[in-house]
Amino acid sequence: MTAGTFDAVAIGEERGERPWRRTMRRLAKRRAALVGMTVVAFFIALSILAPIVSPYDPLATNWAMVRKPPSMLHFFGTDEIGHDILARIIWGSRASLMAGIISVSLALAIGVPIGLLTGYVGGIVDATVMRLIDAMLAIPFLILAIALAAFLGPTLTNAMIAIGVSQMPIFVRLTRGQVLSVKQEEYVEAAYAVGNSARRIVLRHILPNIIPPLLVQATLATAAAIIAEASLSFLGLGQQPPDPSWGSMLNSSKNFMSQAPWMAIWPGLAISSLVMSLNLFGDGLRDALDPRGDS
Amino acid sequence: MTAFLLRRIALIVPTLFFVSVLIFGLQQLLPGDPALALAGENQDPAVIAYLHQKYHLDRPLPVRYALWVQGVLQGDLGESIRIKRPVFDLICEKLPVTGELALLALIVALAIGVPAGIIAAVKHNTAVDYAASMAALWGLSIPNFWLGILLILLFSVESGLLPASGFVGPGDSLKQNLLTLVMPAFVLGNAIAAVMMRHTRSAMLQVLSSDYVRTARAKGLGELRVILRHALRNALVPVVTLGALEFGQLLSGAVLTEQVFTIPGFGKLIVDAVFNRDYAVVQGVVLCTAMAYIALNLFADIAYVLINPRLRT
Amino acid sequence: MPRAYDLGMTMPRLVAATTLLLAAAFAAVEPNPATAGVLRIGLADDPDMLDPTLARTYTGRIVFAAMCDKLVDITPELDIAPQLATEWQWVDDNKGLVLKLRQGVKFQDGEPFDAAAVKFSIERHLNLQGSNRKAEISAVSAVEIVDDHTVKLVLKAPFAPLLAALSDRAGMIVSPKAAQAPGDFANHPVCAGPYKFVERIAQDRIVLDRFADYWNKDVVKFDRIVLTPIPDSTVRLANLQSGGLDMIERLAATDVETVRKDPHLKLSTITGLGYQSLSINLSNGARAKNPLGQDPRVREALELSIDRAALNEVVFNGLFQPGNQWVGPSNPFYVKSYPVPARDVAKAKQLLAAARAPNPQVTLMTTTVPETLRAAQVIQSMAAEAGFDIKIQATESGAAIQASVDGQFELYLNYWSGRTDPDGNLYNFVSCKAPPALNVARYCNPAVDEELDAARTAEDAASRLAHYAKVADHILTDRPLIYLWHPTWLFAMSAKIAGFEPYPDGLIRPQGMTMQ
Repeated sequence: MTAGTFDAVAIGEERGERPWRRTMRRLAKRRAALVGMTVVAFFIALSILAPIVSPYDPLATNWAMVRKPPSMLHFFGTDEIGHDILARIIWGSRASLMAGIISVSLALAIGVPIGLLTGYVGGIVDATVMRLIDAMLAIPFLILAIALAAFLGPTLTNAMIAIGVSQMPIFVRLTRGQVLSVKQEEYVEAAYAVGNSARRIVLRHILPNIIPPLLVQATLATAAAIIAEASLSFLGLGQQPPDPSWGSMLNSSKNFMSQAPWMAIWPGLAISSLVMSLNLFGDGLRDALDPRGDS
Repeated sequence: MTAFLLRRIALIVPTLFFVSVLIFGLQQLLPGDPALALAGENQDPAVIAYLHQKYHLDRPLPVRYALWVQGVLQGDLGESIRIKRPVFDLICEKLPVTGELALLALIVALAIGVPAGIIAAVKHNTAVDYAASMAALWGLSIPNFWLGILLILLFSVESGLLPASGFVGPGDSLKQNLLTLVMPAFVLGNAIAAVMMRHTRSAMLQVLSSDYVRTARAKGLGELRVILRHALRNALVPVVTLGALEFGQLLSGAVLTEQVFTIPGFGKLIVDAVFNRDYAVVQGVVLCTAMAYIALNLFADIAYVLINPRLRT
Repeated sequence: MPRAYDLGMTMPRLVAATTLLLAAAFAAVEPNPATAGVLRIGLADDPDMLDPTLARTYTGRIVFAAMCDKLVDITPELDIAPQLATEWQWVDDNKGLVLKLRQGVKFQDGEPFDAAAVKFSIERHLNLQGSNRKAEISAVSAVEIVDDHTVKLVLKAPFAPLLAALSDRAGMIVSPKAAQAPGDFANHPVCAGPYKFVERIAQDRIVLDRFADYWNKDVVKFDRIVLTPIPDSTVRLANLQSGGLDMIERLAATDVETVRKDPHLKLSTITGLGYQSLSINLSNGARAKNPLGQDPRVREALELSIDRAALNEVVFNGLFQPGNQWVGPSNPFYVKSYPVPARDVAKAKQLLAAARAPNPQVTLMTTTVPETLRAAQVIQSMAAEAGFDIKIQATESGAAIQASVDGQFELYLNYWSGRTDPDGNLYNFVSCKAPPALNVARYCNPAVDEELDAARTAEDAASRLAHYAKVADHILTDRPLIYLWHPTWLFAMSAKIAGFEPYPDGLIRPQGMTMQ
């Protein structure tokens, strides 16, 4: 029994407001998390506004301008086929953000319901499902993703599916763990005694309490998914040329590090700033949600 | 205690079964007839037919699974179709290499992550906290293959300080061995450092606000002494046990690091085998790593329970 | 606030002292020691089995070049030269080949090299289960021992490419004693070449030591050769630049300037025997039913929309050789009446209009090799100007092979590493009798087959060329394949290496090489 969960049990319709407001207040005090949030918002805006903001078509090539350094014509320089790098960074944000968001959404959409179900029901179902989850966790994440992506074929969509499926077990475990700890709380037993159906208990009592740690894990998992997409691109899986993605841009740049370092610098900066921001935001969120922390 | 242990061990069997089905399925369902991929440039139909027959590629899936499991239980993990060596031999050859890399990476991770975590916890919510967090986080934020190539250019090509790639066994020359592993261990350890930092920081925060630390402070002990001798010792326990679970992370990271630095370890073995459709190798190696991961999990659970009697059920 | 002297000064002092000590120890170590007499070569990928009968990768041939001598070898001009056989003669209306064997040759395990060993090896190539050499010398029906140092190969029908086949793995002679020993031969190969097998650590290195009793030992100078596979071309070059390797093969074309500017390195190049081509699905399943697969005018339009010279310039720094046939323009079997066509977008558009397909949609399947992907993007861009709407489908190589066999493609950008004899570059890709895995276009033209078979049995080079000219008449109009370029082999090595001679097959022959 912690202060956090007791708070959530407040009588009446107000029960959702107080912990969230406290979280927002605490989050606002953490500068690192705010910076992280701003940067992430910036990249999201960039990806949405890409058609307006991009100086060139990311697929347009120019034989005369192969591997040219940054100049007034091409602010970030050109790559090995003659594409403008700034245009590809802007448009590539879509692929990287989608790789992060969609993979994690997939992992959540599959993992959370399974975790809720198996945690609540328990018994033989729980035991079997958890062994399957343990098996998936026992296979190193990247190897699972590689095998899946190779199986499905090298495209961005398949990479997202592969990463999403590989991340799913963690969410199952997290959800189940939370469900198990909350299930034993008195207020849940009380709700059950009063005659609430299982579905009502899960949705109105259990789920709101497990959202905070899920949110934190989802943020951090998004960061990991973006790196995973870049890793899969390095191995030739994931988004394929000519469609831009930061991961495949990094992959192409590795063979031109000494001749055209700008090909590597910009996508590298883009990935690291986005991922770092997500990590900072996730850490800040975790601190803000921690019932033990300062207030 | 014994009941707890026995129960935990008994649970390993179904887990391993699921692992075997999962990895067997993933390999055998990969598109592309392995015989075609392995028949080489000439694509001689006679060779393809021979490969089908020799490696049971024309039998139905459940039969192939049963044959494989039967072999495993007898100690025969199959052979690499590509270079005709037993999978077991390949594993014994590569495991120590990745093991050494992982160990050194873990040391790097602890060396960066633990001090960063301590500083971040002690100077909680100040600029130092943020700086230490960022320093450790950047390892998680940069794709390690990119960092690896950057380091190769800096430390091998430009300055000639370290060998660009490759591996020398510790038996041949310990100095060369460590030199070839410096950059890869750093690249690999960097990513785990952030995780270590987080664990250390939260464990330290928890411990620093606990009763016995307050008592130590009340007794008048110097702050540094309090941190190092009282708080740290207790905070490190969950950190180390959690560190053991990072083994899976290390192996994932090793896959790319070994590709870039051409280190003949587990990671490189698996990736090459997936692309070459050398499925016996993939299955054998994954089974092996899964067993190691499960064993480490068991160890971590036992250690946790031993240290914290309240958790024993 | 904690003060440093709370801890005592001993700890920091200890740490500082240890660090200095370690630094001193490491500073004294040379990061990439070169050992005298050792040649360290960087390979572009890991060879497969080291058994000449079963081997199937190109890179394996580089290892064999040092380890296993063959009956005959080629010269840089693609003539046949003696190696283990000193003379040869066609007999019985070209249905028999008599080879006189070199005397005084030993295998690396001390066994004598003689006619019995040759008979054993050739029969092994023909009969061993899973042999990849059988198709190459299937014309041989029997091997007869004439005397201790003379063999006669009996053929079912005349086969002009036979000597070329014997200059590759099919002509490698292995020690019968070692081949019959228990265990896989690939794990303990024994041949008659200048270097013998010492050890192999998969994906790490292959070590070969000088064979003291090699028949031509005077030209063999290195004591040891170590071959290291390093697939990434940038890292491979980095190893050469930092002194960790003495020589690398398949330097990336875009790294040539770096090597030229480095005074410690030098470059060696030669046009290779292989080619890169666009294979078009003509009749391999349902996906052939599109304008490209059905109408030769659309195929001609595709070829005319591509500027081979610009493609070469952008992707390969102008270093490879543009081509339009299965052999390169400088090859003696090139059909000179069909030179490499220039780009002609206007004509391409006309042809598409005439074929009533002004904007054909085509999926171009390619592997995920970076240079191939770059070329695919350039082709996509060039063909777009003529009206082609090409979508690139990058496919992992195992799946690509399967897809091409099954006909799950429309256009496939693929590579053939090349054979000494033009028949090896042509027959298996366009003949009605070709293996389905290679003739992925499923092209079948009896007139072409007639000429191909005639070229195999013809007496001399001139008449063979006449037959190939007739083949070109059909192939270059029907276009089951559009040949694009011939890769140039690029070798980078330490400036101290002397005596290296590049051959069109891209192999590294250690005879004559030294380090100064």
